[in-house]
Amino acid sequence: MVKTVLSLTINGTNRDDVIPDNMLLVDYLRENVGLTGTKIGCDGGECGACTVLINDRPRHSCLTLAVTCQDAKVETVDGLSKDNRLSALQRGFDEKLGSQCGFCTPGMIMASEALLRDNPDPDEAAIRDALAGNICRCTGYVKIIEAVQFAADITREELAS
Amino acid sequence: MEFMPEMQMHQPISVEDAVAQYSAAPNGRYLAGGSDLLVNIRRGIEQPDSLVYVNNIPEMRSITEDGERITIGGAVTLRELSQHLSVAEHFTAVTQAADEVAGPSHREYGTVGGNLCLDTRCIFYNQSEWWRAANNYCLKYRGDICHVAPGGKKCFAAFSGDVAPTLLLFDATVEIAGPDGRRQMPLADLYRNDGMDHLTLGSGELLVAVHIPKPTAAITSAPMTSAYAKSRIRGSIDFPLAGVAVRMAVTGGKITDLRVGLTGVSPLPFLAKGMDKFVGRVADESCLEEIRDKVRAGAKAMKTTTTPPHYRRRVAGALAQKLAASIL
Repeated sequence: MVKTVLSLTINGTNRDDVIPDNMLLVDYLRENVGLTGTKIGCDGGECGACTVLINDRPRHSCLTLAVTCQDAKVETVDGLSKDNRLSALQRGFDEKLGSQCGFCTPGMIMASEALLRDNPDPDEAAIRDALAGNICRCTGYVKIIEAVQFAADITREELAS
Repeated sequence: MEFMPEMQMHQPISVEDAVAQYSAAPNGRYLAGGSDLLVNIRRGIEQPDSLVYVNNIPEMRSITEDGERITIGGAVTLRELSQHLSVAEHFTAVTQAADEVAGPSHREYGTVGGNLCLDTRCIFYNQSEWWRAANNYCLKYRGDICHVAPGGKKCFAAFSGDVAPTLLLFDATVEIAGPDGRRQMPLADLYRNDGMDHLTLGSGELLVAVHIPKPTAAITSAPMTSAYAKSRIRGSIDFPLAGVAVRMAVTGGKITDLRVGLTGVSPLPFLAKGMDKFVGRVADESCLEEIRDKVRAGAKAMKTTTTPPHYRRRVAGALAQKLAASIL
């Protein structure tokens, strides 16, 4: 088995791991690093549940080989809360009931996180566009869009005060 | 999908190194975004023993422009292409097509080269190993019968990249690097009408860049506009059932330039034949209907998707008509 030393930053922490060249990023995150927040849904890039951020942009971790993330900044849903305080998006999904069974939620939140970093004040169309690759079979999406709007609103209010 | 073969990863930083590494392990594949290749590997359709990752090659990562042409590196992402202002200004259809590929997260890492070299697709091919095994496989991979046209020995798997037909509108050329050096050829020559072997690339050849010549003064004397639209099952994230690119110029109510590019309806992207006859015609409703019918007749879709071929032919014609009307 061919292995490579992978050096990267995951949720702000530097790591070096020796991993097989054929290991998918989602398997590396879940099995080696122990970050099980990222979910494996369709395994083929169709559902978006495995979405993580690589250098601030959303990406399917089930279609990414871990060794291609050399020196990258990887962020998962596990790293969003700070000092036991939920992030704005996590609070939004909680307050607005954007999560039901919860399986799609990590991917929804990470795709939304990328959107809000790019565009702190998105309208509904921008939110729909950004989440177009994420499937939810429970909510009907209305609550998810409200959750993202809520997160954008409270973030702007916090920055203003 | 759990299957993942043993693979060695190479991460070259120059085109020459990439070609050399590929040549040393000819059962390998070039890997860019991987949004299609990795799915196919996990389904057992592809079984490379090594991957040559081309996204770290600076030459392939940029869009450059001079007075005569725009050059798009093969590893430029579809999002980068869709946000490039000069491409949008001169080649609107290219921007629209790049923005219509798959979903937003795919476009973050899916590349121009990957979209142009996309494997052909078919409902009997893009399936899991057990599904294909239960059907005795198919002509394209491991089997000896084409389930789409059981009588023949031709594979009809459809080319489903969105960007290619828009680049065909503008006479784009592709720059290819291989073991014998570099060459350039018209994009149209990259493809052949064979679903099993639709790319004319030789072993180890890599698509380094696409060059699009800027419109010459002769063409820009009349306002030339282009547009792309596709029909798909899942509106936010799917391959085209039929994709149509239209380039058109109208002066004094008459058509002075018309090209229609098609994708998703045959093993290769192509420019619809017979569009010249509309040049000089008054661009009225009956003319648009004739364009629709001509495009429909040229779109010879086969049963490679869950949607029946006659629908895809009709929708190709209808999209051409709609796009032409929007340009008027």
